[in-house]
Amino acid sequence: MAINKNIIEHWNNSEIVLLGGSAGSFKLLFRVIKAFLPGLNKTVIIVIHRRKNFFSEIERLFADNSKMKLKEISDKDPINGNTIYIAPANYHTLIEKGGYFSLDVSDSVWYSKPSIDVTFESAADVYKERCTAILFSGANQDGAEGLLKLRNSGALTIVQSPGDAEMPDMPQAAININAAEYILRTEEICELLKSV
Amino acid sequence: MSDAPGFTEPQLYELIDLIKEVHGFDFSDYSKASLKRRLSRIVMLKKLGFYELKYQLANDQLFFQWFLEEVTVNVTEMFRDPSFYKALNTQVLPYLSSFQHIRIWSAGCSSGEEVYSLAILLNEVQLNKKSFIYGTDINTEVLNEARKGIYSLRKIKSYTENYQLSDMPGSLTDHFTIMYDAASIHSELKQNTLFSVHNLVSDNVFNEFQLISCRNVFIYFESALQEKILNVFYNSLCPFGFLCLGSKETIRFPDFKSKFKVINSRENIYQKIGDQ
Repeated sequence: MAINKNIIEHWNNSEIVLLGGSAGSFKLLFRVIKAFLPGLNKTVIIVIHRRKNFFSEIERLFADNSKMKLKEISDKDPINGNTIYIAPANYHTLIEKGGYFSLDVSDSVWYSKPSIDVTFESAADVYKERCTAILFSGANQDGAEGLLKLRNSGALTIVQSPGDAEMPDMPQAAININAAEYILRTEEICELLKSV
Repeated sequence: MSDAPGFTEPQLYELIDLIKEVHGFDFSDYSKASLKRRLSRIVMLKKLGFYELKYQLANDQLFFQWFLEEVTVNVTEMFRDPSFYKALNTQVLPYLSSFQHIRIWSAGCSSGEEVYSLAILLNEVQLNKKSFIYGTDINTEVLNEARKGIYSLRKIKSYTENYQLSDMPGSLTDHFTIMYDAASIHSELKQNTLFSVHNLVSDNVFNEFQLISCRNVFIYFESALQEKILNVFYNSLCPFGFLCLGSKETIRFPDFKSKFKVINSRENIYQKIGDQ
């Protein structure tokens, strides 16, 4: 599957970009963050699985390499445009209708906190078709249900081709329940994200 | 979970109104996305429709007790955020040690993990004799668990990493008596603790404290309610008393700065100033 006109159009109309990744997605997300330019004119929200108690390393690395404003999310932070937000470790991140984040420390979902499902599901409630979500490499099934909910509410949903992913389980789980509108190769995803 | 039952916005507010009217608990200023997620989970667990849920809430007191426990988040850890406990130990306790007594309020204490973490820390620095910790929550059931001070070994094991990263001496299990698959906190650590019901949304000041810890509770409240509760905390603190919030709970109120001094911005530890 290659990038077509429909993908580009939906991408261009998306105010919000949701990126979810787990094991094996770090390098790629790092590359993506480096590629985003301040003229993007979108809000990027990244949920990446990681261990609690070892915070700030990922955030610092991301911040040092981003050309866009990048922030680790705090409770009730307003959601601004042209900003990359990172979901904090050991919290779930939810999106409120009033245009701000709220955090939650309830049980892990698929052994993960932050859970991609939790953020994606609440985003589906708020953003409907005004958003693009991409699910990357991972070793469990988090994100699949959330991606399906996004797809059902009109979002553009993309998964990294399992053949390209270091850990194919997560994108594959999404494909299995028909949550992915498009399955794209890594290079195609990078190409799309760079198109401003 | 693909067809997880959702609520429409009006239905959500209908439930909030019903709970307020029948049971006196006011959820109207809770963060909606999280509340909605909890409610969806409840109807899924109990396989209830919207109207069945309404009926149960209105007519079944036992169901409501269970509901209240489910709808509020009771997930907590011992020594959650080790860097917080380190900051408490190095930046706050040396100051408090000069006080005649140290009354601590752990607000929204759930099953007591934070209360006992504080008790263990105070014991290590030999401030336990003059300290007293009050744990409060809106759930009577979790308070019963807190009073028992018994936790599964699986949980204790998961808290061990936190304990070590907090630079605490020895091992977390040193403070527990192990019984088969559970661990019971040593009775001397329970001695200076008291657990009681207190609803942050509706209840007021009940004592004067040298330290109030309310971590990861504000995340469930909208800003207006947070501000109201901050005033209760302010009025509950002695001059130069300390307030600890969760590390991701940023305070945005304009007059906050005139009331509190920042002690540790990353751990969100504040000290009361400007008492009238």
